Amino acid sequence: MAGHSPLDAATVRAAAAAPTRRDGVETLVAFARTVRAAGVAADPGRVQVFLAAAAELGVDERAGTYWAGRLALCSGPQELARYDAAFTAYFGCEQPPPGRRRPAVDTERAVGLPGTDRAPEAGETEHEPRVAAADRTEILRRRDIAALDPAARAELRRLLALLRPAAPMRRTRRRRPARHGRIDRIRTVRAALRTGEVDRLRHTERVVRPRRLVLLLDVSGSMAPYADALLRLGHAAVRRRRGTEVFTIGTRLTRISRELGHTDPNRALAAASAAVPDFSGGTRLGDQLHAFLAGWGRRGVARGAVVVIASDGWERGDPDRLAVGMARLHRLAHRVVWVNPHRAREGYQPLAGGMAAALPYVDDFVAGHSLAALEELCALLVDERRTG
Amino acid sequence: MAEAWWDVEDVDGPEAVVARLDGVDYLAGDGIGTAAWLALRMGRPLLVEGEPGVGKTALAQALSDAFRVPLFRLQCYEGLDASQALYDWDFPRQMLHLRAAGAAGETDAATLEAGLYDRRYLIARPVLRAIEAAPAVLLVDEVDRADDEFDAFLLEVLSDFAVTVPELGRIAAKVPPLVVLTSNRTRELHDALKRRCLYHWLDHPDHAHEVAIVRRRLPEVSARLAEDVVRAVGRLRGADLVKPPGVSETLDWACALLVLGVRDLDPDSAARTLGAVLKHREDLDGIRTAGLDRLLAAGD
Repeated sequence: MAGHSPLDAATVRAAAAAPTRRDGVETLVAFARTVRAAGVAADPGRVQVFLAAAAELGVDERAGTYWAGRLALCSGPQELARYDAAFTAYFGCEQPPPGRRRPAVDTERAVGLPGTDRAPEAGETEHEPRVAAADRTEILRRRDIAALDPAARAELRRLLALLRPAAPMRRTRRRRPARHGRIDRIRTVRAALRTGEVDRLRHTERVVRPRRLVLLLDVSGSMAPYADALLRLGHAAVRRRRGTEVFTIGTRLTRISRELGHTDPNRALAAASAAVPDFSGGTRLGDQLHAFLAGWGRRGVARGAVVVIASDGWERGDPDRLAVGMARLHRLAHRVVWVNPHRAREGYQPLAGGMAAALPYVDDFVAGHSLAALEELCALLVDERRTG
Repeated sequence: MAEAWWDVEDVDGPEAVVARLDGVDYLAGDGIGTAAWLALRMGRPLLVEGEPGVGKTALAQALSDAFRVPLFRLQCYEGLDASQALYDWDFPRQMLHLRAAGAAGETDAATLEAGLYDRRYLIARPVLRAIEAAPAVLLVDEVDRADDEFDAFLLEVLSDFAVTVPELGRIAAKVPPLVVLTSNRTRELHDALKRRCLYHWLDHPDHAHEVAIVRRRLPEVSARLAEDVVRAVGRLRGADLVKPPGVSETLDWACALLVLGVRDLDPDSAARTLGAVLKHREDLDGIRTAGLDRLLAAGD
């Protein structure tokens, strides 16, 4: 293309060489590396754009460098605060960079938080018992996850990776050619145009697509024995279908859909654990639900989706606030499923403040305390007839 | 770098873009000015994200006005495909053409076909229209609403600003149009598409800036009323609401007060016009319960 010049290496070199000095480029590249280390997805392509942008704006001015980096290197509001911090640290300025307040959209996740040690060690799987006979597996399937010993847990992880959680299908606006259904006038006419005669009628049908599946997983202290299994369920769901969203709730809301995207369950779990700052803390279900609705749900993530909340319903905050949030979620979502491991216990009554408040807005209330129960959950999710 | 193209001889930096936007009553900050200038100079699309109502769509409109070029808007929705974004053949008219040619005794197949795929019968959709009309501004609005396959399609169009119609050949833009994509982040855009773009996060303006926007858009509003409205909206944003108001709601509210002939924002006039800012029953109830006088109290 004339006029429009894509950024090849030569352009960047030329652009970088002309208005800035060689050491200027080195400084900028080193800065980009700092930004990447701070957790911003500044890949080499973006760094090239950054250099070109900086050359356009002139790096003598701090604001020019700031905006060039922010526009070229960042790709989401959650990255802006990290970028600002890296900029301040790198260029060592007393006053904050020219950008304004950071947006209150995502729960900011700090870099390099504790929690990495929760990653399943490689050694653990080596002790996996070789005598995994069918009956053993069957017993394992029925046992409460909280009561399993480490060897059984390792086996459970393997079985959890086989789960296929997915939401049911829905009809979309889009139509596609089909053998039956509404008559497709355009294709019929087009065929007639070719042969001069309407030989047969063409049809279209509605395209069906899977509903979005959204998992909100409670990782507070009281749910700790189930957290690993639930995260693995989340991983299986994300791997199964793009667009699945997984969040952890506790004292704060953290989105881990991206971290769970890794193919290998153990690496995905390690990344997710590193991202979650509040493992085994308290629970503020109401606040976290509101944070989810304000930051994600209302914008469309929960709309028409199947939302699964896994929590024991122990609420430290105000149950009424949880009820308001649940009511709103119930209006937005296609279906709300609550997974409570305690439900399987004999004589359990949903009396805990949060649980009692949430129950009126829950379509399905299931246990999910064992592998078998999680399998039942997966079957229930895809079953459209269960829709209330 | 791309040569300066349309009507931008006197635009020599971000400040000049801000000044141009100011000329069409869009008060932009440094960030927008720099982003737009780089998008122009580097021929890259500009991806603008931000809370609803902060002026993402208005930015594209303002850019088209500021540089006196036409604006083409592609509103994205689920199921959007190439025939709605690029072009479509007008089949009924093609049929009529065949009938007319048949009636006139034209029998040569080649002539018939050549007439059939004439540019006349091509219905250009926003992307093709922007490419043909360039210099122009192409607004791809709410791109997160389209399916993720659409990202790949956009990537193809945005990489060389050309459309190939098999029957007609390649239609390329003389100069790349300025492309503005907006997203509300209901869906994570594909990384390849993001990489292609300059990314700008549009924040709510600060108090003074927002007062200036209200005063500029609605010159009849008194300085005091503008201050009051913006302060109240700022407090509403701080409250825990289903839908915090954006700049467009601020303008709606100020406009509503203006139409009612209100000079001072008091609890009574606020109660009557609150529907211009808050569109959810829970929000209205919550704010009314908390007390409108607290919302409107002077000072910080």
